Amino acid sequence: MFMLATALAIVRLRNLFASAMLTGIYSLLAASLFVVMDAVDVAFTEAAVGAGISMVLFLGTLALVKGKDRASRPKDVLPLIVAIATGAVLLYGTLDMPSYGDPNAPIHHHVADLYLDEGGSETGVPNIVTVVLASYRGYDTLGETTVVFTAAIAVMLLLGRARRRPRKNGKKIDAIDPEAPV
Amino acid sequence: MNSHSVVRVVTKLLMPFIFIYALYVQFHGDFGPGGGFQAGVIFASGFVLYTLVFGLENARRVAPAWLTRTALGLGVLIFAGTGIASMIYGGLYLDYSALAHDPHHGQHLGILIVELGVGITVAAAMISLFLVFAGQDKDD
Repeated sequence: MFMLATALAIVRLRNLFASAMLTGIYSLLAASLFVVMDAVDVAFTEAAVGAGISMVLFLGTLALVKGKDRASRPKDVLPLIVAIATGAVLLYGTLDMPSYGDPNAPIHHHVADLYLDEGGSETGVPNIVTVVLASYRGYDTLGETTVVFTAAIAVMLLLGRARRRPRKNGKKIDAIDPEAPV
Repeated sequence: MNSHSVVRVVTKLLMPFIFIYALYVQFHGDFGPGGGFQAGVIFASGFVLYTLVFGLENARRVAPAWLTRTALGLGVLIFAGTGIASMIYGGLYLDYSALAHDPHHGQHLGILIVELGVGITVAAAMISLFLVFAGQDKDD
């Protein structure tokens, strides 16, 4: 599978620029996987956010820091054992899950039936995904929008201040401003 | 990128199509795949392209800090305000059926407005994140 190869390459590579590029490729592959699974809306988001915007942000960060990762060769095997053990437990857990696309799986019969049967006739909107997102799950989407809002505010607080201060007196000062409210 | 005339011309040609496509995804989300979130990101990516080619100064002239910040909050307010509007019209919070006489029209209207709010916030968030990131290297 391409995705596996890309993920391995990201881990192996020390050049962060190439890693960022590969992350974008990974997102694009994930998006095509979602298309294969008929989840067009999710694929759309993945392609736009994962392959588009987040890669630009990665590259923006890379412009600020050094482009090479320090070559670290940790000797201990404990993290490897922990990772393998956790992975094995998770895999063991999936054995009990219903197979992919099983129409009798419980998750497809909680409220999904109602959404699929009534969604079109109750709202008159053909795209069920939009109906669920914006109407039935309106609270969730409002929360998500607020999360995006909060994240953007946080980043602007962290980075925006450091940029503006040095301009005033012409010399570089620390990002931490003693007068700033905590 | 001032010397790359091919890049500049192609970018100028592409920009309107990217923005129109973002608006199409935004307002056609009820019928096809898409919605506010995707549209906001596509809109922002068009803007990122502009910034990459024409520079930060020009980009800041198009979208000054006060504009992106206002838009950031405006989107959330539109979303939350729709909920309050539906309460005023006698429904529950975020129950769009109350927005118009016909529940279908109300749902259509509500989803459209709410998606617009999501789109505005996401686009403003992405644009301001990118501009803040891009403005960093100015101090060194």
